[in-house]
Amino acid sequence: MEIVFSLAIGVMAGSGIYLLLRPRTFQVIMGLSLLSYAVNLFIFGMGRLRTGATPVIDATRGADPALYADPVPQALVLTAIVIGFAVTALLLVVLLAARGLSGTDHVDGREAERE
Amino acid sequence: MTQHLPLLPILLPLLAGALLLFSSEARHGRRALFALLATLAQVVVALALFAATHAPSFSPWPGEIGVYALGDWAAPFGIVLVVDRLTALMLTLTATLGLAALIYALARWERAGSHFLPLFQFLLMGLNGAFLTGDLFNLFVFFEVLLAASYGLALHGSGAPRVKAGLHYIAVNLVASLVFLIAAALIYGVAGTLNMAELALRLPQLDADARALFEIGALLLGIVFLVKAGAWPLNFWLPATYATATAPVAGIFAILTKVGVYALLRFSILFGQDVAPAPFKGDWLFYCGLATIAVGTLGVLAAQKLDRLAGFLVVISSGTLLAAFGFTGTTLTGPALYYLASSVLGSGAFFMLIELAERNRAATADFLAISFDAFGVQAQADSEHPDETAGVVIPAAMAFLGLAFFSCAVVLTGLPPLSGFVAKFALLKAVIAAPPAAPTLHAGLLFAALLLSGLAGLIALSRLGIRVFWDSERPTPRLQWLEAGPVAALILLCILLAFGAGPAMHYFDAAAGSLHDPATYIDAVLPGSRGMP
Repeated sequence: MEIVFSLAIGVMAGSGIYLLLRPRTFQVIMGLSLLSYAVNLFIFGMGRLRTGATPVIDATRGADPALYADPVPQALVLTAIVIGFAVTALLLVVLLAARGLSGTDHVDGREAERE
Repeated sequence: MTQHLPLLPILLPLLAGALLLFSSEARHGRRALFALLATLAQVVVALALFAATHAPSFSPWPGEIGVYALGDWAAPFGIVLVVDRLTALMLTLTATLGLAALIYALARWERAGSHFLPLFQFLLMGLNGAFLTGDLFNLFVFFEVLLAASYGLALHGSGAPRVKAGLHYIAVNLVASLVFLIAAALIYGVAGTLNMAELALRLPQLDADARALFEIGALLLGIVFLVKAGAWPLNFWLPATYATATAPVAGIFAILTKVGVYALLRFSILFGQDVAPAPFKGDWLFYCGLATIAVGTLGVLAAQKLDRLAGFLVVISSGTLLAAFGFTGTTLTGPALYYLASSVLGSGAFFMLIELAERNRAATADFLAISFDAFGVQAQADSEHPDETAGVVIPAAMAFLGLAFFSCAVVLTGLPPLSGFVAKFALLKAVIAAPPAAPTLHAGLLFAALLLSGLAGLIALSRLGIRVFWDSERPTPRLQWLEAGPVAALILLCILLAFGAGPAMHYFDAAAGSLHDPATYIDAVLPGSRGMP
């Protein structure tokens, strides 16, 4: 499970960074989205990967911490998802405004000169 | 009641901003009054906290440092807000600058787009929260709050240059936020805590493997703070964003880079100078600061317009602070804090002044006309609100602008007699006194950088000042009291800071002293925890 998990993070972060460095605004926002998925999975992974363990204390199971998953990263990832989602939506609006004002979807607001 | 004081700088702007969102934009007189009162209340609260940290007789908490546990959950489990002298100083600066920028904006800028007032309150909330918070993840949350508000404010007034600069600003800061998350998660995964005080306690106990991972996390964290602080080579977004933002927004942005500087300082001292990971440690930070000063100096000399010049002056001031904090020993911290206060007030006033001085430039005027038109603001006298938009011609408008420009230039380049000079003098004095404890090479480099950056700033400011003020073709700008007042008030504060240099420096030294004693901070947050395994 660890290998698959880390590969997923690596592939998404790598593709995200590649797209982030591309000149089109749409590629940039896709790159940011992929990168934020990778980061969210990473935060989740920092609570150590467990299967079948709940983060909330259950009366029938007792209070032994070894039986439960770490709840803090799950709370963090929730906050991170919400914030990332909202800010990406905001960026999308700015992209549309930039497209409308400059007439191009290049990140610099004008096409690069071609050789 | 008074023990809840540390919460108010976050709660007040949150409530004010939320209420402003629900009121109709058409009633702008009432909205303006409400926003003004809310900001005024923040100034009062900040001053109360300032007094509480300075004179223990006022303070509602025992000891020097106030700790507020949200929901009364004790520190490592609950979220804490911590007020020490540095925090109180930053809160006071934020509130003062915020009030000045708000009054300036009320003259007309507030109506150049929608939702200026709520966004402005949220920006203040984010700033206050970032200064107050005692744990790493809430620092991230408040960074996001202030950034989200700053995105909206940077785009306020719209227009192609603003959207282009805003796009870069948002993209860079989004990436920085993601890096911040990786850093916070990594540090939590290794140390098992996000509380800053507990982090400092756990750090020496980590074994070698965990320590390596922790260093990576701290490295990423340092990069994020350096991006926010505008350190070279992470500052290419800064001059364009600051130059295109509307005047009151650029004015409040003057303190935004100082959040990064504040966070770096806070963490570097909590981690402890000898065990602190790379970006927080002396040499690294020192050379980064020097490079930033160098780039800022070149930028200042190359700038053809006052707004870009002001952006690069902000870069220089960030670089100076980073270099001072990275310098060996602790003697520079007090003077550097004085420099921080003086440069925040000075550059805030300068950003607002530029717009007044350059108001009649054709390009800006056309561009503004379009955006004002779009939002139904009339530049000419408005029958409904005659005294708000008509503009009183101050007879000596040009004299005021000239004097204000001169004062700002003197503050920002560090010439006598205003606060900038006192700040630089104190820094230079500490630098000279530093060897042999600090390497002589470092002292020499910092000495030269401080003087050369001041000289470059002076050359650039006088060149552009001549172009703006000694131009007989240019019609005299019309000033409104609402716009001239805040600029004058900020400059007056710089003058007061210079006149009260003795007591002020005493306070800043005390702030630096308590800052360099992380044990008191840790004891205040986690009582009785030290000595436990």
